Amino acid sequence: MSAPKVGNPLSGKLDAELTPLLTVSAVSKAFGGLQALSDISLQVHAGEIFGLIGPNGAGKTTLFNALTGLYSIDRGEIRLNDARLDGRPPHQVLHAGLARTFQNIRLFAEMTALENVLVGRHARTTSGVIGAVLRLPGTRREEADSCERAHALLRRVGIAQHADRLAKNLPYGDQRRLEIARALATEPSLLALDEPAAGMNKGERAALRELLLQLQADGLTLLLIEHDVKLVMGLCTRLAVLDYGVKIAEGTPDVVSCDPKVIAAYLGDEAL
Amino acid sequence: MTGRARLVLRSVAPFLVALPLLWLLQGALPSYYSFVFINIAVNVILAVSLNVVNGFTGQFSIGHAAFMAVGAYTAALVTTGMETFQIAGLPLGASDAVVFFLAIAAGMAMASLAGLTVGTPSLRLRGDYLAIVTLGFGEIVRIFMNNLNAPVNITNGPQGINLIDPVRLGSFSLSQPHTLFGFTFTGIHLTYYLFLLLTLAVIFISMRLENSRIGRAWVAIREDEIAAAATGINTRNLKLLAFAMGATFGGLAGGLFASFQGFISPESFNLMESIMILCMIVLGGMGHIPGVIFGALLLTLLPEALRYTGDLQRNLLGQIYVDPADLRMLLFGVALVMVMLYRPAGLIPSARRRQEFADAKG
Repeated sequence: MSAPKVGNPLSGKLDAELTPLLTVSAVSKAFGGLQALSDISLQVHAGEIFGLIGPNGAGKTTLFNALTGLYSIDRGEIRLNDARLDGRPPHQVLHAGLARTFQNIRLFAEMTALENVLVGRHARTTSGVIGAVLRLPGTRREEADSCERAHALLRRVGIAQHADRLAKNLPYGDQRRLEIARALATEPSLLALDEPAAGMNKGERAALRELLLQLQADGLTLLLIEHDVKLVMGLCTRLAVLDYGVKIAEGTPDVVSCDPKVIAAYLGDEAL
Repeated sequence: MTGRARLVLRSVAPFLVALPLLWLLQGALPSYYSFVFINIAVNVILAVSLNVVNGFTGQFSIGHAAFMAVGAYTAALVTTGMETFQIAGLPLGASDAVVFFLAIAAGMAMASLAGLTVGTPSLRLRGDYLAIVTLGFGEIVRIFMNNLNAPVNITNGPQGINLIDPVRLGSFSLSQPHTLFGFTFTGIHLTYYLFLLLTLAVIFISMRLENSRIGRAWVAIREDEIAAAATGINTRNLKLLAFAMGATFGGLAGGLFASFQGFISPESFNLMESIMILCMIVLGGMGHIPGVIFGALLLTLLPEALRYTGDLQRNLLGQIYVDPADLRMLLFGVALVMVMLYRPAGLIPSARRRQEFADAKG
């Protein structure tokens, strides 16, 4: 993949040139009588930063959980490239190339930052019990390679100095970065971030924005749930807006922000 | 690297002390001490194996004696069944040694099978629920062994299996003394060295696994199962692996126990035995190999030491006021409560816990 320039690398492309990476078709999910997702369809193209926004309870995280195999879906289809993701358990979804972070950070608290990233390497390494017990040359090579990559990823997200500290003792913003590093260690083609800027201060947000743009520049596709409108508008190539489990708008940030349905969802009908 | 070396040293240290001690006191110490040391070896294997399931993977299993029972009964049945059997082309001694290791291996295989059987359906459960299932499994195995004497007599029911072949190695039986390098070893000492070797092997395997891709995945499951799955870990398979691993080594301990004691009955593997193994790892420091080894040492030595309190009471007070067996249970209770209150991570907690403490201070 050629490295697109930072900013909006896809803006110059015609629709026909865009390759869909993630295709969500008519996905529905209900919890008892609550229809959490109704007929959601969207496409994320390779190389873009796709934003998913909506008021609280709109179903954004539910959609994330459905995408990553934590929830089973009632109807519809999810594809990453050509691989079907729906109906597969989380670890298989990850193997297919879709990694995620969590809204309420879920690190392995009692492991060091480095170990957390090393766990991310699990899916892309193969050594087993015999190799581990006998320290076979293949296992040692793999382990050394994993360590090297993990250190590189910690440097990349800017927390190399914390490598040997326990994840739970890292500052909040660095915990979020560590979660991103752990997801990156799995070599995803699509990285889904659930509110990465939640709880961050202004400086941390700016740094996060830089990091995400860099990742995009390196050819990673990002799917982003975010509440910070400024961040979303400045960062995303395209957006989809959810409200009560229904997709009410999709398009570039400019188009979406003028959509009356979106304004109504955020501010109420009287605002129109 | 130095940290890991220190870790290895610390966990092996009790044995490094025990080994020359036994060597020096060959004739001087009564064989009673060898029995204690052998019990320690068996209990260390049990604690280290349960630690794989409870400590590393965070699955609360409390029926570990059941796997020990499966290993013990299998080994006992194989050795008694092949007592008169001699492998063609091998001298009797070598044949017996092969049979012994075959019996132990069969015990491990059966225990691992038992682990997979109980683990497959029950590892969907978490926390207390898994604990209840494994507790039930432990009782089922014991009752099974108790009743498997009719219509076909396999386990000899509550009477247990007697006269299990003692451990034999090469050309000599370990029930007789031998002279090697100018030292005279009694059979019991040689048994101890064999058990010690196997114990060290189990500790070694467990340590290597802890610092590997597999061990990290286990700890990740313990820390956050959902995040582990979302990070690409096949949580079901890895939990099963931990369970099977713990069961296999539990079976090894059972096989050794059977061949050393020469007698097993269902009551050797009752709930108290399971609880004792659990206490060892909880007291010592769950998830930390040196800690659980220490726990096993402590809980094997403490009851032995308490035996003397009977004599002590008789000599000092004229009669026995507190039965040593009762005193043991009393002290266990007090020790557990104390540890939970003042050292909740165990007597020798893992480096992670220590670092947590250091981080909180710094």
